[in-house]
Amino acid sequence: MSKIAEGLLYSESHEWVKVDGNVAIVGVSDFAQAEMGDITYVDMPDLDDELSAGDDFGALESVKTSSELIAPVSGKVIARNDELEDKPELINEDAYAAWIIKVEMSDTSELDTLLNAAAYAEVAK
Amino acid sequence: MKYYDKLIFELSKPGRTGYSLPEIPGQAQPSFRPKSRNPILWREAPLDLPEVSEVDVVRHYTNLSQMNFGVDTGFYPLGSCTMKYNPKINEEIANMPAFTGLHPLQPEETVKGALEVYAGMDKALAAITGMKHFTFLPCAGAHGELTGLMLMREYHMSRGDLARTKVIVPDSAHGTNPASAAVCGLDIVVVKSREDGLVDVEALKPLLGPDIAGIMMTNPNTLGLFERDIKEIAQLVHDCGGLLYYDGANMNPLLGVVRPGDMGFDIMHLNLHKTFSTPHGGGGPGSGPVGVSDKVVPFLHIPHVSGFHGNFGIILRAYAYILMLGREHVRMAGKLATLGANYIKESLKDCYKLPIPTVCKHEFVFDGLLEDNGVTTLDVAKRLLDYGFHAPTIYFPLLFHQAIMIEPTETESLETLDAFIAVMRKIAEEAKSDPEMLHAAPHNTPIGRPDETTAARQPVLKYE
Repeated sequence: MSKIAEGLLYSESHEWVKVDGNVAIVGVSDFAQAEMGDITYVDMPDLDDELSAGDDFGALESVKTSSELIAPVSGKVIARNDELEDKPELINEDAYAAWIIKVEMSDTSELDTLLNAAAYAEVAK
Repeated sequence: MKYYDKLIFELSKPGRTGYSLPEIPGQAQPSFRPKSRNPILWREAPLDLPEVSEVDVVRHYTNLSQMNFGVDTGFYPLGSCTMKYNPKINEEIANMPAFTGLHPLQPEETVKGALEVYAGMDKALAAITGMKHFTFLPCAGAHGELTGLMLMREYHMSRGDLARTKVIVPDSAHGTNPASAAVCGLDIVVVKSREDGLVDVEALKPLLGPDIAGIMMTNPNTLGLFERDIKEIAQLVHDCGGLLYYDGANMNPLLGVVRPGDMGFDIMHLNLHKTFSTPHGGGGPGSGPVGVSDKVVPFLHIPHVSGFHGNFGIILRAYAYILMLGREHVRMAGKLATLGANYIKESLKDCYKLPIPTVCKHEFVFDGLLEDNGVTTLDVAKRLLDYGFHAPTIYFPLLFHQAIMIEPTETESLETLDAFIAVMRKIAEEAKSDPEMLHAAPHNTPIGRPDETTAARQPVLKYE
């Protein structure tokens, strides 16, 4: 059974969002990392890239497969977790500590479309 | 089997040779400057070649070949890959001096025989697929996909239909389909499959419109299921102005039975190295001829064949295969492949989870063991190696978490299929009695479980 952290928002494509003012910190769920298996590469966007909710902003590659990362919210990339370049395994070790990007949201109302932990538990089965 | 992983350079001893030549009196040291007209190509120092005896060389390569598993060694049920036996007559034909001595720059009147092979192959493939003409340029399946999509784009552009920038791909598609579309500069729209594993026609309808260049489909699809709604899908896509692309990766069961052209496809590729018995694995050489219907023919390059077109030797082998089988037996290939797959499926469904129970074509998918006892698909696949079988395709398609995709092909005897079934049943028993042993499998191979994760995260790409 995968872990679902309380207090985060989730997308149906298994990204999590931690809201900090108008900044969204984005990662992938424990369910996603378990499904992927050992992650070998994280493809991240550049700083200042503009993301639209629903578009892919990068990808995860594992021994088994690869999967696109889907932006849960729109906005500008203001930080990326460069540590993942050399240590993609951090996502496997603790998916909720290993954030991938931080986004300055252009429309915080998009957060209303995301799922809470209980609703996500229904998706991640 | 003993483990052997030496490089031939590791066997080298200074001064050891595999030949002896008489010295030529009065001749100085041999020159390392061959008579190239371009001084840049002049060699300054002797080549650093391994110095080995003849027996060293023979043992080295024989030992290396023993580390490999091929269709000549045993059963190879690798789903989606059609690892059928490669008849040796193909090799005999391709090794005829009249073919091996050809050069692509020879005057046309001296290569009539080779041109006849292309022409005969064009005709044979057109008859088998219902297409009008083929180009033999593409050297692989994905190369064929890209070529086909470029033809699709050209078709639309010639009509001034510039808004068609999207290609529809089912969620069960081979990964190469969206990749080829992206390389061709097209956007990808995914259409979902239904519970029964087929393309959801209702989900397709709202995607169709004036921005759709076409749809890419594999039929039978990657679950080994025939897309029964194909006529309706073809009608819908054509009505919206798009074209249909047929990924020929799974053509084997349809040989001589159903033709993509009759299903409504406009462009397709064939994998000669799958369906038409030419060798593959280990990276090639492949051949992915692209066939087109009447309306796309004007966009093929002209002439349809010339020197440097595709892997001629492979096209020749495939032509030998088609002529050897003839019309009647080409039809048997697909039917026997389908029979073999269904036979294995029905014989094992009481031990392995069968998510889609309907009649399959040339391949089918199990979703792990029925009573897994913690034993994964990977464990089963590794254990198969102990029993001398190549593993099936595993963890593909992604629709099922413990996917085991089995494709026996038509070239296996009933005895071989029964032996495989018996081993699969034995592994299912072992899963109940000794799961730990399966987690540690294989036990009889020179290499067991390479650390794929570290190999991907920190690859060592250089000999050290």
